[in-house]
Amino acid sequence: MAYVAIADRDHEQEHHDPQTFITKYIWSQDHKVIAIQYGITAIFVGLIALGLSAMMRLQLGFPDQFSFINPENYYQFITMHGMIMVIYLLTALFLGGFGNYLIPLMCGSRDMVFPFLNMLSYWVYLVSVIILLISFFVPGGSTGAGWTLYPPQAIMPGTPGTDWGILLMLASLAVFIVAFTMGGLNYVTTVLQARCKGMTLMRMPLSVWGIFIATVLGLLAFPALLVSAIMMLFDKTLMTSFFMPAISSMGADPGYTGGSPILFQHLFWFFGHPEVYIVALPAFGIVSDLLSTHARKNIFGYRMMVWAIIAIGGLSFIVWAHHMYVSGMNPYFGFFFATTTLIIAVPTAIKVYNWVLTLWEGNIHLRVPMLFSIAFIFTFIHGGLTGLFLGNVTIDLPLSDTYFVVAHFHMVMGVSPVLVVFGAIYHWWPKITGKMYNETLGKWHFWMTFLGTYSIYLPMHYLGFQGVPRRYFAMGNTEFMPASAQDLNAWITMSALFVAATQVLFFINVVWSLTRGPKSDPNPWDATTLEWQTPDHPPKHGNWGHELPVCHRWAYDYSVPGYADDFIPQNVPAEDAPAGRDHGVEH
Amino acid sequence: MEIGLIVLALILATLLGWLLKQSFNTQPWVAETVSDTAHHGPLGDSSNSKLIALLALLAVVSSFFALILSAYALRMELGDWVPMTEPQLLWTNTVMLVLASAVFQWTRNSAVNDETQRLLPGLLLTGLLTAGFVIGQFVAWQQLEASGQFITNNPSNAFFYFLTGAHAIHILGGLFVWARATTKVALGSKGDAGIRRSIELCTIYWHYLLLVWLILFGLLLST
Repeated sequence: MAYVAIADRDHEQEHHDPQTFITKYIWSQDHKVIAIQYGITAIFVGLIALGLSAMMRLQLGFPDQFSFINPENYYQFITMHGMIMVIYLLTALFLGGFGNYLIPLMCGSRDMVFPFLNMLSYWVYLVSVIILLISFFVPGGSTGAGWTLYPPQAIMPGTPGTDWGILLMLASLAVFIVAFTMGGLNYVTTVLQARCKGMTLMRMPLSVWGIFIATVLGLLAFPALLVSAIMMLFDKTLMTSFFMPAISSMGADPGYTGGSPILFQHLFWFFGHPEVYIVALPAFGIVSDLLSTHARKNIFGYRMMVWAIIAIGGLSFIVWAHHMYVSGMNPYFGFFFATTTLIIAVPTAIKVYNWVLTLWEGNIHLRVPMLFSIAFIFTFIHGGLTGLFLGNVTIDLPLSDTYFVVAHFHMVMGVSPVLVVFGAIYHWWPKITGKMYNETLGKWHFWMTFLGTYSIYLPMHYLGFQGVPRRYFAMGNTEFMPASAQDLNAWITMSALFVAATQVLFFINVVWSLTRGPKSDPNPWDATTLEWQTPDHPPKHGNWGHELPVCHRWAYDYSVPGYADDFIPQNVPAEDAPAGRDHGVEH
Repeated sequence: MEIGLIVLALILATLLGWLLKQSFNTQPWVAETVSDTAHHGPLGDSSNSKLIALLALLAVVSSFFALILSAYALRMELGDWVPMTEPQLLWTNTVMLVLASAVFQWTRNSAVNDETQRLLPGLLLTGLLTAGFVIGQFVAWQQLEASGQFITNNPSNAFFYFLTGAHAIHILGGLFVWARATTKVALGSKGDAGIRRSIELCTIYWHYLLLVWLILFGLLLST
């Protein structure tokens, strides 16, 4: 077995402990503090996006009852909700938040390889968030072009926010990409170069694998968004015609000639589809570790799981045009992209089977993180299966502009990753804060969120089959839509408001835990991975005290036969404990 | 999008090949006590972290330029494309960038061979030639505008300004790192390993940007 592990940096790089409040908590270069900063900022903007979705639902459930929602700001709500949730919440939280916290701790290193760059990454991310939020308050408001920002409408009069909103959105995205690149280079280099002794690639926990491959995807895919954002900025400000066709606007000729809106779509989705997996792969990895830990069983098919993550990552680059079936394309291209899309189902299904098989005959502890993890399997299978529908050209065409698509992508990349986010927060909360949360409150939070989201999205599939169009501010009187569709919409709105409100339970739990929560054990879940084996709890700056840990085994030695405890941490030497299934019964 | 896909496939294949080597025939579930001798990284020891980060950055930049070129190829197929005539000055600029790269290589070799007295002149000359390239590109823009070739005239013009501008910004980023290294050398820290490493990494970056420029220039000339 080739060992690729290094970074006993004690000899090479001194770690100065931060002395002041500012260097400890504000301008901190500690990966754990940066992770928390990323997490808090991302959740803060996520709450804004949640509020925006509530406004949209109010209009859809109870049309024209609320004077503060008009068609213009409805489109602004849609746009900002989508963009914030996908980029500024999920991408930032999984990679900037969990990536930052988990990579050095799980790999047994003291910090990221470039701590200063890491700090810079967060502050630049914060700037991108501020630019985005400023766009709510500029003349004309934020952009209402939809999160896909398709030209020509994104920059033409008639769409909300074409004066300043779109400029700030594009600028904010460009700044975000710079921030992500700084962070991403750090994550990749740390995984490759700073693992502790004995932590071979194939001993890394799947959380690190998911975050690592998602980062690689992000580094290669975000340039596509950057290129399209810059070109659109040129079209808007310098009157170039990269994307803008010859067009008449309000009876006038704005001066564009012959550009191609489809070109934008290609570039956007070349980023946009890998983005789905930038969000999903860390969730896949984390949920694997959660299931294994709380079922007290090794993950089923570890190597398969790793290669499925890699395969999904690679395939995600050759499926982008399935988002463009309705834009029209050569039927052979449609055939190609439908085929590649359906092929992705193979490694994805392998992962799902392996999760289920991990649970099979496990010693399942239905704690809060486990509940969220099992719920993820439900919602992900659900959203994944509807993806198989939409991957086919002939089925996608009639369904593409309906609520079926809204239901699909919310199940697969909205609800599913968010369930993992909650599961992960509950799971690592004791490590991050040193406190336990309230289990009962956590369970209430889980059940209301899980059942509530089903109550939102399950009926939406039905609305989609009825042909109820998405993106519409008001449905009007159409014959194909039964009156009951509106009743269902009202139900969905009530459910959405309910789910949004129940998130308060989570924040109450956070406050309760921080103020009154009992101290947690250093390893309350009896987990094997290195972050639970730190000498200090919660881990201090530098993570490991005087000596870096040494990894002697994989992360999944649970319930090893013949061993007294039902887990063997990764840093327990082989001679002190039996070694998995090959030597399992010797002791 | 073929250009983007080919570049991405190359990058991913490199990563994949390495990952395969790491994971092939391993049995992760077998615990083994680690011996001290088994202690080496993918590219040697941890002092190579900066090299890994640079290579990752070059992969990102490659993706960026490959995607612009994909857009270029797609946009060129539309009816309104009129090829533009590039200013002759670009040839001079190209020679300057080639020379800058060559001098940087010479400086790097001097650093590796501990011929520290050559570092400062080498770095200064590199900086001068590179700055000459960037200024030359700017003058070429001015010449184009003076002859009525504005960015809005035609998509080929727009791409010319976009590509040359994006390339120049990457050069300016390189000059920032160059300036730090040069300042340190000027202040006297010639022999230390950090400076040598900086110069080595900058040299790779310079060669890379020269390669990108040659591809861009060739494309601009031929279309």
